[in-house]
Amino acid sequence: MKQTEFLNVVMPFKDKLYRMAKRLLVSREEAEDATQEILLKLWSKNESMGEYKNVEAFAMTMTKNFCLDRLKSKQAGNLKLVHSNYTDETVSLQKQLEAEDSIGWMERIMEDLPEQQKMVLQLRDVEQYEFEEICDLLDMKPTAVRVALSRARKTVRDELTKKHSYGIG
Amino acid sequence: MELGNIEKILEKYFEATTTVAEERKLREYFAQDSIAPHLEQYRPMFNYFSIAKEERYTKQVPLKPRVNYYKWLSVAAAVVLTFGIYFGKQYQERKDAEYAYQETKKAFELLAENFGRGTEKVAYLKEFQEAKEKIYNNN
Repeated sequence: MKQTEFLNVVMPFKDKLYRMAKRLLVSREEAEDATQEILLKLWSKNESMGEYKNVEAFAMTMTKNFCLDRLKSKQAGNLKLVHSNYTDETVSLQKQLEAEDSIGWMERIMEDLPEQQKMVLQLRDVEQYEFEEICDLLDMKPTAVRVALSRARKTVRDELTKKHSYGIG
Repeated sequence: MELGNIEKILEKYFEATTTVAEERKLREYFAQDSIAPHLEQYRPMFNYFSIAKEERYTKQVPLKPRVNYYKWLSVAAAVVLTFGIYFGKQYQERKDAEYAYQETKKAFELLAENFGRGTEKVAYLKEFQEAKEKIYNNN
């Protein structure tokens, strides 16, 4: 497979990979590195790529596994995720105002979800994957996907209601 | 889109029994400017999903065509090998020549030594000649 051909195959879903990586790793730099890593891995496999039925699903699963490994090794090494594209509530008034922005809330709420729920919510509500696809990608049973999705959505709703009832928004 | 319908879909949504199409309807509804006040609290959620989908991966991925790399490596190796053989051969030839020279020199030295011995012996002939001349002159 030639470079241009490869890019044509990868282009439509590279943003999805990046968004998934960012959802899990939070930091923009980390997510960019992870995406690059995945794309290079795919490129190194480009000869056998024709054999995969669904390159996108394959790449997505790779991204998921890669990010989860990253997170695991981070925890094992007792390192904290350091990221700059994240507003800290305590820093300054400007930052505080930014944090009150509803996008900021949503990001924070989603960040606090368990990894599995995060991934299900990302795949379904942001990327609009079908249930069967999510089952394949995350290697989960359909009922488990539904339960995780329902929990994730309800948690987001409850958190938002909490914020809303403070009367900030 | 009537409100009752939206509320029904919303309920299903939180039980995770909605279809992708129904969820699209929800996002469309919450993208409007005016929505029912009691649903206002859900707005950030659906708006966020739409915004989150806009994020793009902008970094360039350095896709190196690895085939070229090996090609150039083999070219470099071939060049090094050719020069190595060429100069190695020259060096070997020079070494051989030097050795031959040393051997020849040794052989000539041996010859010269033996010639020297020969001339020593010839010196006696001179004595003989002198004695002969004395005798002839006296006569």
